[in-house]
Amino acid sequence: MPEDLNWAIGGEAGDGIDSTGKIFAQALSRAGRHVFTSKDFASRIRGGYTAYKVRTSVDRVESVVDRLDILIALTERTIHENEDELHEDSVIIYDGERSTMQDVEVPGDATALEVPLKRLAEDAGGAIMLNVVALGAACEVTGFPIENLDESLEKRFGDKGEAIVENNKEAARKGQQYVREEYDQEFDYDMETTDEDYVLLNGDEAIGMGAIAAGCRFYSGYPITPATDVMEYMTGRVDQFGGKVVQAEDELSAINMALGAARAGARAMTATSGPGIDLMTETFGLVATSETPLVICDVMRSGPSTGMPTKQEQGDLNMTLYGGHGEIPRFVVAPTTVSECFWKTVEAFNLAEKYQTPVFLVSDLAMAVTEQTFSPETFDMDEVEIERGKVVDENDIDTWLDGKGRFQAHFAAADGVSPRAFPGTTDGAHMTTGLEHDELGRRTEDTEVRIEQVDKRQRKVETAREQEDFDYREFGDPDADTLVISWGSNEGALREGLTLLEEDGYDVRFLSVPYIFPRPDLTEEIEAAEDVIVVECNATGQFADIIEHDVLERVQRINKYNGVRFKADELATEIKQTLDTPAEATQ
Amino acid sequence: MSSDVRFTDFKSDKQPTWCPGCGDFGTMNGMMKALAETGNDPDNTFIVAGIGCSGKIGTYMHSYALHGVHGRALPVGIGVKMANPDLEVMVSGGDGDGYSIGAGHFIHAVRRNVDMSYVVMDNRIYGLTKGQASPTSREDFETSTSPDGPNQPPVNPKALALASGATFIAQSFSSNAQRHAEIVKEAVEHDGFGFVNVYSPCVTFNDVDTYDYFRDAIVDLDETDHDPSDRDQAKDKILESDKEYMGVLYQDEDSVPFEEREGVEGSMAEIPDGAPEGAMDLVREFY
Repeated sequence: MPEDLNWAIGGEAGDGIDSTGKIFAQALSRAGRHVFTSKDFASRIRGGYTAYKVRTSVDRVESVVDRLDILIALTERTIHENEDELHEDSVIIYDGERSTMQDVEVPGDATALEVPLKRLAEDAGGAIMLNVVALGAACEVTGFPIENLDESLEKRFGDKGEAIVENNKEAARKGQQYVREEYDQEFDYDMETTDEDYVLLNGDEAIGMGAIAAGCRFYSGYPITPATDVMEYMTGRVDQFGGKVVQAEDELSAINMALGAARAGARAMTATSGPGIDLMTETFGLVATSETPLVICDVMRSGPSTGMPTKQEQGDLNMTLYGGHGEIPRFVVAPTTVSECFWKTVEAFNLAEKYQTPVFLVSDLAMAVTEQTFSPETFDMDEVEIERGKVVDENDIDTWLDGKGRFQAHFAAADGVSPRAFPGTTDGAHMTTGLEHDELGRRTEDTEVRIEQVDKRQRKVETAREQEDFDYREFGDPDADTLVISWGSNEGALREGLTLLEEDGYDVRFLSVPYIFPRPDLTEEIEAAEDVIVVECNATGQFADIIEHDVLERVQRINKYNGVRFKADELATEIKQTLDTPAEATQ
Repeated sequence: MSSDVRFTDFKSDKQPTWCPGCGDFGTMNGMMKALAETGNDPDNTFIVAGIGCSGKIGTYMHSYALHGVHGRALPVGIGVKMANPDLEVMVSGGDGDGYSIGAGHFIHAVRRNVDMSYVVMDNRIYGLTKGQASPTSREDFETSTSPDGPNQPPVNPKALALASGATFIAQSFSSNAQRHAEIVKEAVEHDGFGFVNVYSPCVTFNDVDTYDYFRDAIVDLDETDHDPSDRDQAKDKILESDKEYMGVLYQDEDSVPFEEREGVEGSMAEIPDGAPEGAMDLVREFY
């Protein structure tokens, strides 16, 4: 008898798979069971195979596993797609009366449960409710009290009227009753309930909620899988707090609208995925050189190009870290769990405003489509802190005016962060530009001013390293010789994997890194370990590359960035000087 | 907003590097006059400039301003206005910025109808890159990258605007200082997207669409019986290919700006120092 139960409903896109799965997941959540969901889906509106999977336990669940206990199959293909995950105690619920399901062969020793879903749904008031009949059947198989389903049915169908809700409740009971009467056998499942009351949400929703909590008031975006849920979540909700979502004509526009809103003083965000981040790249440099606080969220999916839009990948690390021509300071933050999607979003807004620079919030499809249970206190709004950085108003603006009364929006401060005056502030009028500029924001090609401004912008990174806590999250055995490092959404699967490894006698220390840049220095941890393994969902090991880079022997560097090419005599002198200086001093 | 603002208050202390005689001088002066005469001041005004000779305007004017990425000035302006409707937002750019690389944003900005003005310095040439064909260059206009002419008809931006649901379409001419300032002022005062295409001749690279050409060809709509509230009349004038008109071609007096329709009420800049009141309800929604 396994402690966790793995349940799925599968069929064709358009069969209501998602909403049925969500009804069941919500019922489990309300009954005090933890839930971790996943989706198999294709990028199409109708047709093709799609499934909604639920892993549930009274204990926390942080991952999916390759085992399916209960499968509701609306199509024959659903069974084939999941053949490898079925086992001898699996139960497959399907409608044997459907012409397309006549010749279904249930693999291995799994139990076939033929339930006339369509006929029973018609008896309850309409064939459209056949999925709910299946849910009722699943309740009987799993020993899950059907009353728990009622509340989710009310939530799902409440706005369609009481009759519809009642019909659905009836449909569920018909499914339950049919199994009880026709299959009078003890199923080996017994889903306990608890008194806990959980909330159920996915990573995109957590990002959207985090944004609103953090004071984000303007969101502009262009719909794209799997980031659309962020936009849909904020639409309507941010309005209640005085904000607005604007659907732009493309991602070029989306990021520039958000930039404009941020210039006007609003906390602003855009979210997209691979193809959209490609377009937005054009504006990264402007965001950084105009020193505009902006949160740019990339919910990664399989690339390159259109890639596999509904599949998981962590392939955009280099893009967010290096995308765009020229060199800019930026922060890259990658939440490692659905709940961290909330907290890292809050942090991203604070970092953006404190350092007046773009912050890349990097999530991925796995978190975007996973609905997970949490106690509501996980998102304690009283814990949300807002730090707006160096905003100046009428009272203190005089400090930041030059001798001619002009506001120095790009003042070369020691910590790299200049004062910020929102438009409308008296005496604060200033321009800024993607051209290299002086402290007043006016274009310049003066070599000294150029260096002053490049250095000033880069100093933000050093300041942040000093002031912020860019730490990793640690799990497993702190003294283990084996060190596993990962980033992003792999944390849950690795944590559970560690438990399995421990059972087999493997001790592992696991560091989950949510900060890609600036990131924690892992040199000591790596040197203390015998084996170091970097886990990530991509082909080339982008994070492994930068971790290796971090522990490399240092080269000495000669850099020039005043806009003038290297000259022979100058290089000879510089190289001699470098050789005469101890290596440490040049780093 | 103070009432004693003069148009020179909108001038920065940076000397323009435009070629002597460039139409952009006159275009900019008219913009400054229009802003001053509509009761604005540099501290409540936000100028967004595109890339090209015209894009330098943010440097030569004094206000809050952003000089952005080529072709993306309009989305920036929309973001500024949505986030703070109390600001006066004016977007400015050239024919390349607005009708070539930014053409997609142009039609969507027009139909979105945010309350701002868009002043395009149309010189029918790429000046800053030293004389290549622009989207408004004539079909037979010979340039370094089009030795036989572009061999494609010029874009008609006013027709594009009309087809996209514009609520204000005007044509101006930089050399007619008074009329130009009046027209831009009307665009600023319009409740919605005030689009002004300005003939702003390039004296260095365009020897066809010159001051002389425009002076001879231009017809002031004020001296005709044109009714700008009549969309059909506007359509006929806009599609007449052998005439250059000056003045307000079309204005929808019932225009309601997008941000108003969307219920945006004030600046989004001010936020509480913690999560907003009621934020815990967002969590409870997930039960």
